[in-house]
Amino acid sequence: MTGLVRFSMAGMAQEHTHDGRHDHEHGHEHDHEHSEIGPMDLRVRALETVLAAKGYIDPAALDLLIDTYQTRIGPRNGARVVARSWCDPAFRRWLLADATAAIASLGYSGRQGEQMHAVENTPTRHNMVVCTLCSCYPWPVLGLPPTWYKSAPYRSRAVRDPRGVLADFGVVLPAETEIRVWDSTAELRYLVIPQRPAGSEQLNEEQLAALVTRDSMIGTGLARSPGAAA
Amino acid sequence: MTYVTQADLGGQPGHGRVVPEAEGELFHAGWEPRALALTLAMGATGAWNIDMSRAARETLPDYARLSYYEIWTHALEKLLLERGLLQPGEVEAGAAIAGPWPTLPRTLQAADVATVLARGSPTARPGPAPAFALGDAVRLRNGAVPHHTRLPGYARGKCGTITAVHGPHVFADAHAQGLGEQPCPLYTVAFSGQELWGSEPGAARLTVSIDAWEPYLERAS
Repeated sequence: MTGLVRFSMAGMAQEHTHDGRHDHEHGHEHDHEHSEIGPMDLRVRALETVLAAKGYIDPAALDLLIDTYQTRIGPRNGARVVARSWCDPAFRRWLLADATAAIASLGYSGRQGEQMHAVENTPTRHNMVVCTLCSCYPWPVLGLPPTWYKSAPYRSRAVRDPRGVLADFGVVLPAETEIRVWDSTAELRYLVIPQRPAGSEQLNEEQLAALVTRDSMIGTGLARSPGAAA
Repeated sequence: MTYVTQADLGGQPGHGRVVPEAEGELFHAGWEPRALALTLAMGATGAWNIDMSRAARETLPDYARLSYYEIWTHALEKLLLERGLLQPGEVEAGAAIAGPWPTLPRTLQAADVATVLARGSPTARPGPAPAFALGDAVRLRNGAVPHHTRLPGYARGKCGTITAVHGPHVFADAHAQGLGEQPCPLYTVAFSGQELWGSEPGAARLTVSIDAWEPYLERAS
């Protein structure tokens, strides 16, 4: 609890549940971390001050970078790509043949998505994306990776026991489904196209996009069913 | 000199279950977005490349006990210190020692953020023709690698099939060592779960692929 108090004293408190946050980061207890929240805040602030004094960084550029990934670049981008592929067969073919160009046509390109590859789930095949070596992730379509994607449990198990990983997300696939795991070890970035859920035939593209979750585009989840709670 | 990476986690047992996270939950402390932005902004200066920053992160001795943005922050300081862009004691003091300071190839100004993000850092390059073709059987090189590499341990010595030929890309191993881009053909190589993990139940009906540069590969008969 010390950490939380110091953190708040630093005037930087954000909404978070202390215990929940900690579990999210490591999946188990690490009491020493609690006392590091305050020091990290000071350390990063000091680093920014020093680098700005030397003219190496523009603090306004930092603000803009943060705003970009908090408000403009996130999984809703990828959801629009998926929804378009569900509605438009020509776009789907383009996406599977040249994902970089097809995705760029919707306005999503650039850093950590320079070369994209789309992989499509079918009734017999489920795709899952991981980066066992670090945290490679398709930023232009999914934004910043969630904590679990960067964590040891996911990175270690996705290539060895993907069904066990899916179970952690509450997803059970038929035993006969083939699982294809893509380890992003170079600069290609992968986007999973989840299966279009049953009962979604009457929905328009925007309504369909609302069914596409971030996890379904990583392959640790499925698209929502229409009518299921968002 | 031995090179020890702490980041090659694929297949390691004992890390426990995955804890899902809500979509909007981007940061867990006030300093995390600043650490992210500092890392991106300094990365855009050209003082180092992305493979050097991966090498700096994966060789942090305390990698396993740090949170991901702590890893980024520690590695950022390491990269800065190595290049004399940061002096020991400056972070602790919260102030820069007297100049003059080394200059950078470029800096990221607010007006350029959108352009720089949109451009990214593509790694496809002109380069040699591929030695392998779609469907070829290959074996991944085995043994320790004395520098940064993107060949995960779990795939070393294993046999797989080329499922995509991507053309030449900047070779991470060379790039991380400051040896230039040395573009070479990149492939997607797929392995059966059985080849990687034998008869483990989790490996049934499983195919795992990695993206591998040509120097990682040998022809398998």
